[in-house]
Amino acid sequence: MLQQAFNGLVGGAFYALLALGLSVIFGMLRVVNFAHGSFYMLGAFGAYVLLDSLGLNFWVALVTVPLLLGAAGMLVERVFVRRLTRLDPLYGFLFTFGLALILQDAVKHRYGVQSQPYPRPSALSGSLDLGLFDYPAYQVFVLAVSLLTCAATWLILTRTRVGTIVRAATERPELTRALGIDVGRWVAPVFGFGVALAGLAGVLAAPMRAVNPLMGADLIITVFAVVVIGGLGSIFGSVTAGFAIGLITALGDLYVPALSQTLVFVVMAAVLLWRPAGLFGREEAAL
Amino acid sequence: MGAPATPPPVLTARSLVKDFRGFRAVDGVDLDVADGAVHALVGPNGAGKTTLFHLLTGFHRPTAGRIHVGGRDLTGKSPEQVARHGVARSFQTTSLFPQMTPREHLELALQAGTTLGWRFWRSDRALRRFTGRALDLLDQVGLAAHADEPAGALAYGRKRALELALALALDPRVLLLDEPTAGMGTEDLTRTIELIQRIRAGRTVVMVEHNMSVVAALADRVTVLQAGQVLVEGPYAEVRRDPRVISAYLGDAHAAH
Repeated sequence: MLQQAFNGLVGGAFYALLALGLSVIFGMLRVVNFAHGSFYMLGAFGAYVLLDSLGLNFWVALVTVPLLLGAAGMLVERVFVRRLTRLDPLYGFLFTFGLALILQDAVKHRYGVQSQPYPRPSALSGSLDLGLFDYPAYQVFVLAVSLLTCAATWLILTRTRVGTIVRAATERPELTRALGIDVGRWVAPVFGFGVALAGLAGVLAAPMRAVNPLMGADLIITVFAVVVIGGLGSIFGSVTAGFAIGLITALGDLYVPALSQTLVFVVMAAVLLWRPAGLFGREEAAL
Repeated sequence: MGAPATPPPVLTARSLVKDFRGFRAVDGVDLDVADGAVHALVGPNGAGKTTLFHLLTGFHRPTAGRIHVGGRDLTGKSPEQVARHGVARSFQTTSLFPQMTPREHLELALQAGTTLGWRFWRSDRALRRFTGRALDLLDQVGLAAHADEPAGALAYGRKRALELALALALDPRVLLLDEPTAGMGTEDLTRTIELIQRIRAGRTVVMVEHNMSVVAALADRVTVLQAGQVLVEGPYAEVRRDPRVISAYLGDAHAAH
């Protein structure tokens, strides 16, 4: 049971990283980034390609792939998303959805649909005695990286000047601009940051999960549910709901395996009925 | 109109037009706001007052016409550029950051004009250097005792006072107030009139206001808008007697008093 709970937290680590990126992007841009799952998949493929064709190991990938994807994300924001922000939000959905399909099919075209192998980094191949049970060192590492990243993001948002500006622009973009603050120049970096988080999650997933073009599409639906449960645009809500949903699905696997895939959506429906803005969302944030 | 011996205008709008998909919200408005004046914009709902505000502060780009502030052409500038050129505004609906305290609001506004710029890694402690000035401003609007409460929890009148303090934080040459007394009871109303009288010193105030007693108490000049056009412009005492105004707007307001 405890072991399964730990599995759940590790799964939650991925939900939390992805939901965090989605939330940061949504907060600042009011765009639901449907391509988020594809960026996660590209993160995993990035790690695979670095190893396979350049011989660069996991640790190199862990640093460079999120940076490269973050830069690509900024470019996507500058070239495409920015042009859509003045239009109906529907155009943002359509664009990111189309981008998701294009990225997914491009990778499928090049590498096929079969899963690519990616070895665990040798330093993390053993297992750790966590007192109650032994646990693979790699999974412990994933959990730690995710928690640290979420904590660091939280600190940036609450303890730095740019964090204050991003929070201000998230809550009241017009008022922030009326104060003479150039919100526009922070939009691309924030989008890039969210994409980089997805890339980081992808690199972390490569040694644990099958690296294939559909890995993002499979995961992202659950992540959307996580974001809705936590409250769209709520940073704290996304992370908390990410870990909670990880736990719930893992324990669901154990006790009601038939329901484990639907459990997330049952929780989502219940939360929406009870608190339409999500557990940590505010009604006005939806405006 | 040409009232003699008025100081030169600090804010001028010439032939301003704003179209929204075939609907002309502002239709050739000329506006001269004298330096140091309190200038009220009045008119029935849908007259184009708020659209005019959005044009003057860069939130809307005019379809045609030009805007100058202090001799500088601000036509088509972004809201943040307009703000940095000394034009601050408040919003019609209460607009604050509910999670932040009044002090944090002011620290944020005060740093906007500084060179902290891109150095995002600077701790938010860099903002603390503005604390003294922030507390001064809060004191001016009577909020010193509430400096560290979340803004969302403040009483309505205090929220509006904080909005004024925020606009003042930019030390604007021109202050645009969008219905500063909307939704206020008599007590808050009196306090707000006093407050505006105090903060107008050394600046120019343009305000959209529905309440004629507030206009009478504060405004040096009044521009009456109707259907996106200027109906009448002049001192309050003249404007209120103008038959066109009475039939269009003031008549109703007086009847209601």
